[in-house]
Amino acid sequence: MAVENVTETFPAEDRRPAPAPGDPLAIQVEDLHKAFRIPTQRVDSFKERAVRPLRSRDFRELRALNGISFDVRKGEFFGIVGRNGSGKSTLLKLLASIYRADAGMIRMAGRLAPFIELGVGFNVELTARQNAVLNGVMMGLTPRESRNRLDAVIEFAELEEFIDLKLKNYSSGMLVRLAFSLMLEVDADILLIDEVLAVGDAAFQQKCADAFRAMKAAGKTIVLVTHEMSTVEEYCHRAMLIHEGRIEQIGDPGEVGRRYLELNFQRLTQASRHLPETEKSTAVHLIGAHLEGSDDDDVKALEYGEELHLELEVEALEDFAGLDVGFIVANADGVGITAFSSPVGGEVDERPVAKGERVKVTVRMENRLAPGHYFVHCGINRAFEGLVALYVHNAIEFVVYGTGHMGGVIAIDHSVETEIEAPL
Amino acid sequence: MTTNAIPAATPDPAAELREVRGPSALGGGSRRFFDLLWLTAVTEFKRVYFGTVLGYLWSLIRPLMLFGVLLFVFTQVFKVGGDEVEHYAVLLLMGIVLYTFFQEATTNAVTSVVTQEGVVRKTQFPRLVIPISTVLTGLFNLSLNLIIIVVFIFAFGVDPTWTWLLFPFCLLFLFILAAAVSMGLSVLYVRFRDVAIIWVVVAQVLFYGTPILYPVDFKGETFERLMMINPLAVIFEQARVWILHEPKAPTALEAANGWIGLLPAASIFVFVCVLGAWIFKREAPRVAENL
Repeated sequence: MAVENVTETFPAEDRRPAPAPGDPLAIQVEDLHKAFRIPTQRVDSFKERAVRPLRSRDFRELRALNGISFDVRKGEFFGIVGRNGSGKSTLLKLLASIYRADAGMIRMAGRLAPFIELGVGFNVELTARQNAVLNGVMMGLTPRESRNRLDAVIEFAELEEFIDLKLKNYSSGMLVRLAFSLMLEVDADILLIDEVLAVGDAAFQQKCADAFRAMKAAGKTIVLVTHEMSTVEEYCHRAMLIHEGRIEQIGDPGEVGRRYLELNFQRLTQASRHLPETEKSTAVHLIGAHLEGSDDDDVKALEYGEELHLELEVEALEDFAGLDVGFIVANADGVGITAFSSPVGGEVDERPVAKGERVKVTVRMENRLAPGHYFVHCGINRAFEGLVALYVHNAIEFVVYGTGHMGGVIAIDHSVETEIEAPL
Repeated sequence: MTTNAIPAATPDPAAELREVRGPSALGGGSRRFFDLLWLTAVTEFKRVYFGTVLGYLWSLIRPLMLFGVLLFVFTQVFKVGGDEVEHYAVLLLMGIVLYTFFQEATTNAVTSVVTQEGVVRKTQFPRLVIPISTVLTGLFNLSLNLIIIVVFIFAFGVDPTWTWLLFPFCLLFLFILAAAVSMGLSVLYVRFRDVAIIWVVVAQVLFYGTPILYPVDFKGETFERLMMINPLAVIFEQARVWILHEPKAPTALEAANGWIGLLPAASIFVFVCVLGAWIFKREAPRVAENL
């Protein structure tokens, strides 16, 4: 992904130390509340209101923010993460004075430049030149200052040829470039940025990354809202996770990122469980199959690297000379990632299992699986004959989450040696 | 691929924490308000009149066509104007041009906040700029159209007098009234889309309720007194007196039969202004989320 590529251009010396507690504040938010009234039946006309005077008061209250308090220090690069609908965009709009809070207080030091929903607010009927000048004045520049910076804006956005083209004829990439350069050129003290890095071509992303570096080096306060965990961990001094209108966690970007992924996959795991498909068997009865610490009906989420414990319990419905148990771990595409089996009852050899006896199998394995969705299929075979006594498809379902994954479906222990030889 | 465009200046370390209260009708300082108002109005004016081939001509053709038709109907068919009223043609044209300003400015302003949705939802700026700049654009337009009126005035043999200097007062009151109506309707339209349709009808009714087609000829008669309840009628009648200085034409004061008679019009004027401003001030902070 391009975002990860550009971050590699950040030399270590550009990382200013994070502002320490006690440094002056740039943003102070206290107990912020915001609710939206969503009419169940939207009343858009007088007639509807007249016909149904009572109905018009039907609305449900969507509590977007529920008492948010936090501080951002001057010069801090602050990340805000959260799922869609968590309230993070509402928070940004409150900070940007686009919405008004129901209760609570926001205080800011210095001038603010918002970059919301990939834009700074354009009138598409006007040309880039007109929009650029208007936007500058909206941001608090005088018309003269705004005109003076026009060349720099257009140059940074690489839109010299299109300066007198109406924005309705612009491509979305061009619009974002214009918006981003406008935000930079306002020379604000605090920047509010919502999901910017995911757009534009690679060259412009590189430019944005350079610009971020320059802003960070210049000690600007930056609040970045994003879904991209790698961005948060790479850029931010601190991060905040918002969940259902409250602060779920605030602090180290790495920890916040992990908590975010955990929350995200919890939602995934709450989605419907793929039911196990047991082939009818008169020989062996399945009692249970699950990851340790969860129920059969659960889809457990576990972090990449965490040890994986599979548990399986069956009851023999007849006498067996011996049993073998086998597992296949497959990913969501149905590709078997790994498979293993073991004789039941002994280290090397099977021992007889009598009717009514219960067999409990526990598997411990290192979790080298890439983040994703997995299914475990189980089989019980008659020893010596090799015939299947029981097969359970999707016996166990689980989700792996985590950061720092490089790609592929599985991580394998490895070592890399590199050597540079001088020219002969 | 240069990054020297990035401002190198370090932020003002002395910047104090200030409370942010969210969007409002007039927040952000008066200099910024007037800068933005002027720039928005000028930009919009340029867009309309330099963006199309015939540009400004369009805004002239409409009132002139209306003028031509009405002049024919009322002088040749109904014979209302003609010999009885001095300068009927000029009076009609002036009325049409002034009313066109009021009608176009308010009609455009009704949808202005919704039209500017992209800006409203993403930027913090004094919301009042939107409807007022629409009216201001209309005023620029009117200024150009007034040049045509001046040509007609001289062509019809009206001599300049000192009372022409009072005419800007008519424009001022007309502007204030248009601005007040625009403020109220522009934010109501965000919530109730039928405002636009209703206003088109009301504006049509007001056109006939204002002495444009028919002159006010008598002093203090019942009909004239009723006419003078309409603030627009007062403004238009006074414009006629000051510009055309016909000896027979009653001033608004005479038509209303004294100051008492002008009280309803003044009350309505003040009421509309206060109501428009109140509605706008009330709705402005939440316009972005209701869009």
